[in-house]
Amino acid sequence: MTDIFGIPIQVILGQLLLGLVNGSFYAMLSLGLAVIFGLLGVVNFAHGAFYMLGAYATWVLLDVFGLGYWWALLLSPLAIGLIGIILERLFLRHLYKVDPLYGLLLTFGLSLIAEGVLREVFGSSGQTYPVPELLQGTMDVGFMNLPIYRVWVIVSSLTICFFTWYLIERTRLGATLRAATENPKLVQAFGINVPIIVMFTYAGGVALAALAGVLSAPVIQVSPLMGSSLVIVVFAVVVIGGMGSIMGSILSGVGLGIIEGFTKVLYPEASNIVVFLIMAIVLCWRPAGLFGKE
Amino acid sequence: MKFIKKALNIALGVALVSPLMSQAGNEVVIGDIDDMSGVYADVIGQGGVELVKMAIEDFGGTVLGKKITFISADHQNKPDVGSSKFREWADKNELNMLLGGANTGVSLAMAKVAGEKKVPFIAVGAAGSSLTNADCTPYTVHYGYDTTSLANGTAKVITENGGKTWYFLTADYAFGTQLQNAATKVLTENGGKSLGSVRVPLSATDFSSFLLQAQGSKAQVLGLSNAGGDFTNSLKAANEFGITKTMKPAALLAFISDIHSLGLKTAQGLYLTTGWYWDMNDETRAFSKRYFAKMKKEPTMTQAAYYSATMNYLKAVKAAGTTDSDKVMAELKKMKINDFFAKDAYIRADGVLVHDMYVMQVKTPQESQYPWDYYKLVKKVKGEEAYGPLSDSTCPFVKK
Repeated sequence: MTDIFGIPIQVILGQLLLGLVNGSFYAMLSLGLAVIFGLLGVVNFAHGAFYMLGAYATWVLLDVFGLGYWWALLLSPLAIGLIGIILERLFLRHLYKVDPLYGLLLTFGLSLIAEGVLREVFGSSGQTYPVPELLQGTMDVGFMNLPIYRVWVIVSSLTICFFTWYLIERTRLGATLRAATENPKLVQAFGINVPIIVMFTYAGGVALAALAGVLSAPVIQVSPLMGSSLVIVVFAVVVIGGMGSIMGSILSGVGLGIIEGFTKVLYPEASNIVVFLIMAIVLCWRPAGLFGKE
Repeated sequence: MKFIKKALNIALGVALVSPLMSQAGNEVVIGDIDDMSGVYADVIGQGGVELVKMAIEDFGGTVLGKKITFISADHQNKPDVGSSKFREWADKNELNMLLGGANTGVSLAMAKVAGEKKVPFIAVGAAGSSLTNADCTPYTVHYGYDTTSLANGTAKVITENGGKTWYFLTADYAFGTQLQNAATKVLTENGGKSLGSVRVPLSATDFSSFLLQAQGSKAQVLGLSNAGGDFTNSLKAANEFGITKTMKPAALLAFISDIHSLGLKTAQGLYLTTGWYWDMNDETRAFSKRYFAKMKKEPTMTQAAYYSATMNYLKAVKAAGTTDSDKVMAELKKMKINDFFAKDAYIRADGVLVHDMYVMQVKTPQESQYPWDYYKLVKKVKGEEAYGPLSDSTCPFVKK
């Protein structure tokens, strides 16, 4: 058996793969945050709550309506996106002109309310969601047994990340979006309804969080607290990638997932702080993040 | 700013006035500090609050002619929040007894206050057996279960049945390490061996990496030395990665709320130790029926212990004829405890409640006949065997 730094190569490959799975979750969640911050200037602290709501919507669809995973993949992001639209119309749009701190406080408060309500209704131990039949089982990749569902997570989330990036950075719609945030008055003068665009952008970011929630429902317990433990890490990922940078958040999400994976082998106790350690270093060296513009 | 200042003043004023202007001496005040909103909220939480109220009601609402008052608070799993709340109640509300919910870290901090303020503290949710060993106080009672009795149940039964080599997945704080050490001691005594452990930060988002390390050890048994959400998520991932095919998972601490949330398909075959189970006999079923009518779920062992502890504390007050802490503690340690929760049980000099423990195996979906029919009894462990001899206690004030 070949060793690298005293660690068998099998273990390293295994952790690399698992890091990639976690990294895909980070990428997808931080992508939604980056879209919302980059285009709206809102620090969406409720992102973790939307992720959790996405997972709960998935569970409720199955438990109450008998609609399985594939339906949830479509319906959960739509439903949670709709909630996003309502919140944007009712609260958030009043805060675009003031200090971003107010948006942060509002979304933080909203997420506490969402968590509290769901804990009251469902309890704190959470619910189990089954892996969809088509994606059950494991495949032997030589160095480990990899559950097929995790492969699906990597493939689907990276695909979604790519399409979002393409939509915003490479299409006419994306160009309009960016223009609308850069200079709303000018774009409005061209006859484009900017408030509607902003609203749908927020809903889109929220739907991405909900979609990540659907993907994670079969992997971890669907519980009211699942979002709050993740959202802080995801914020660190966005800061490292550069606030508002789409590609930055995708790349740093995947990269940090992998680094975290290795920490779990080398020094497991530090695995939940390694991301923040990197954040501190990056901020000292490049205050705007790795891919951010000054 | 002016508005905020004003609001703060009002809030502060209310906070200072409201905590029941306790008419000194006319009430017996029972407090409860627990995780009401975090990962352990289902272990006792709101269900415990209901059961304490039920116990007070069943007792008649008064003792020694005084009204029994109940107050509760959320410690948010923060030791400083728990201990400062306890101190505040002891000073301002003339608290007579405190029930402590989940989280060993918080309970250790609260036990210090109990010793300092001389207020009886009944720790129910915390597992760490140091509460009645190195960290014991004359006012601490450990009621329901502890890390020693859990290990003497699960670890012993599995080692005796051939699970000789273990690898531990351990929650990285006082509770996890105490549980792992207790289990390691038991399995070494029974001819087993620990092949190592991985310390996992509390509330990790993904357990698969740690589980692969456990699998790499080639141990026969996967010792899950964690609780709540960490336990359910690690067992779920162990199933998903097929690790349960090569390693036998052992839950060193699992509550029925965990099994319910995991579902029998994932949890089946799992060994665990519990101090109480709702479906043991007519008495436990009758108790659970009342609880179910209110909460729409079956009580956990710790929730049942909350009721039992409240009831027996009140009985001790009545028997002692006073709420004086020293006299009530003496009475508690003298009396026999015989109720739906524990039979022929007693509180030992070091403060631990010695009662029978039950090693259970989780039923398969086929074996389960009705809702919440989850456990089958593997072995009843006598109290003395489960909690070990008093001579093992490292509690400084215990005379041996």
